[in-house]
Amino acid sequence: MAPIISIAGVSKTYDTGFTALKTVNLDIERGEIFALLGPNGAGKTTLISIVCGIVNRSSGTVTVDGHDIGSDYRAARSLIGLVPQELTVEAFETVANALAFSRGLFGRPADPAFVEKVLKDLSLWDKRDAKIITLSGGMKRRVMIGKALAHEPRILFLDEPTAGVDVELRKDMWAMVRALRDSGVTIILTTHYIEEAEEMADRVGVINHGEIVLVEDKTELMRKLGRKQLTVQLRDPLRTVPEALAAYRLDLSPDGGTLTYTYDNQADRPGVASLLRDLESAGLAFRDVDTQASSLEEIFVNLVRKTP
Amino acid sequence: MSRHAANPRAVWAIYKVEMARTLRTVMQSVISPVISTSLYFVVFGAAIGSRISEINGISYGAFIVPGLIMLSLLTQSISNASFGIYFPKFVGTIFEILSAPVSYLEVVLAYVGAAATKSVAIGLIILATAALFVPLHIEHPFWMVAFLLLTAITFSLFGFIIGIWARSFEQLQLVPLLIVTPLTFLGGSFYSIDMLPGVWRTITLFNPVVYLVSGFRWAFFGHADVSLAVSLTMTLVFLAACIAVIAWIFRTGYRLKT
Ligand SMILES: Nc1ncnc2c1ncn2[C@@H]1O[C@H](COP(=O)(O)OP(=O)(O)O)[C@@H](O)[C@H]1O
Ligand SMILES: [Mg+2]
Repeated sequence: MAPIISIAGVSKTYDTGFTALKTVNLDIERGEIFALLGPNGAGKTTLISIVCGIVNRSSGTVTVDGHDIGSDYRAARSLIGLVPQELTVEAFETVANALAFSRGLFGRPADPAFVEKVLKDLSLWDKRDAKIITLSGGMKRRVMIGKALAHEPRILFLDEPTAGVDVELRKDMWAMVRALRDSGVTIILTTHYIEEAEEMADRVGVINHGEIVLVEDKTELMRKLGRKQLTVQLRDPLRTVPEALAAYRLDLSPDGGTLTYTYDNQADRPGVASLLRDLESAGLAFRDVDTQASSLEEIFVNLVRKTP
Repeated sequence: MSRHAANPRAVWAIYKVEMARTLRTVMQSVISPVISTSLYFVVFGAAIGSRISEINGISYGAFIVPGLIMLSLLTQSISNASFGIYFPKFVGTIFEILSAPVSYLEVVLAYVGAAATKSVAIGLIILATAALFVPLHIEHPFWMVAFLLLTAITFSLFGFIIGIWARSFEQLQLVPLLIVTPLTFLGGSFYSIDMLPGVWRTITLFNPVVYLVSGFRWAFFGHADVSLAVSLTMTLVFLAACIAVIAWIFRTGYRLKT
């Protein structure tokens, strides 16, 4: 199926002369949760602001469900809901009015029943008549999500949805995002929390210094790039690693009791089975063996460190 | 694709929110112009009017009514429209409007429409207040309403431009304070420009407000400092200039999009 969002050759140089995006090419698949992962200042907000029509691009084209965001902006934008990074709300408006406004702004007829459903899903129904200024930060963020959902978007952008959000609410938010995805909404979230990408995403794009350095299926990414470690607890401590095991480039712990073998699945070093065999033939007895896969965090740090 | 041809619901949504804001601040929006107008009547009408008995055969109290309404219409249109668009820029809620399927024309229509509605309402309230102080007779009601609407729309557009241009609340106040208020006071609101010495009269003719006040006064009393045709032309020229600037702003995204 054709991607729901297609970003081709998009770059952005701000008036200050700063190039926030180099040439970005990215396709978002229909119905997926896509995590755009990158450190602060990488260009995540800039990229989604371009797709949503808030920032002008310097070059390139973007289509949303086949509609060009320039020449066919009405069709493109009516499909998109955006929850921006900053909490910006109409302080003196009531919660229900704020959602009704968003719905109208996106050209949808009033539908109190739908607004009620959204408010209930976000646990805001009790607060429907409260002025937004009287709400807590977490509630304000949910109001912003409610506003983005009020016009029944097919695509939802969440810019750092859980930044500064407590653990409880974060879990709720993740559950809500999954439920939305299950209802067919495509979700693009930006984050600099690896945990979030790891927990939520179907695919991960890593952005750094205005460039997409990698786009990969999350499990594939972890499989391909994930380093693994095998730790061997020795029965008798060693002074040095035996010569016969040099090819494995093992790390010996300071107390001599633990050997660590680091390998990745692309196998530029001999496998685990042969290591265990060679350990035996070197006459080393071991008490325990343990393996650990590295998290997306380490993958990410490695990637970001590699690029200039 | 007819769903994507235009978005009248968005215009209505913005218009409603803007009008609701007025009702929330009804004290500041409506009552304060009424009070200040009454004060003008007391000070100018009663105190000065007792010395200047008549201008062109009209009692001074009645003479200043069109000028007073114009004064409020101008300041209200500018402040309503400039604040209306500046505020979402300032707090950041503008993102939603920029990301919505609305054309710029629709955005202008909503904000300027709301600002103009408010200032016309205030103009009419002042007219009603004035009627309590002086007997009023309107010679050309059609033209009175026409000038009221034209001025409200033109200066709401002008205010919208200021609101987009302003980067701070100080800047937002700057243009009304430094340019509009002096032009209004020097624009013949409280006197006939015939009363000025020759040189000043010529200089005054460069003040666009003179034409508005004059046209409006003509609608009330049937004669004025400059002819109706000139007044109307000058007003339309200013309207066209504002529309041109707004078209340019939206073509370039000036101070709205980076
Ligand atoms: N309006 C702007 N003018 C100039 N530079 C900007 C502007 N907005 C963002 N930038 C710069 O562009 C870079 C990317 O910003 P942003 O897209 O917000 O990053 P992220 O969302 O990944 O943290 C940053 O270095 C930021 O300082
Ligand atoms: Mg950001």
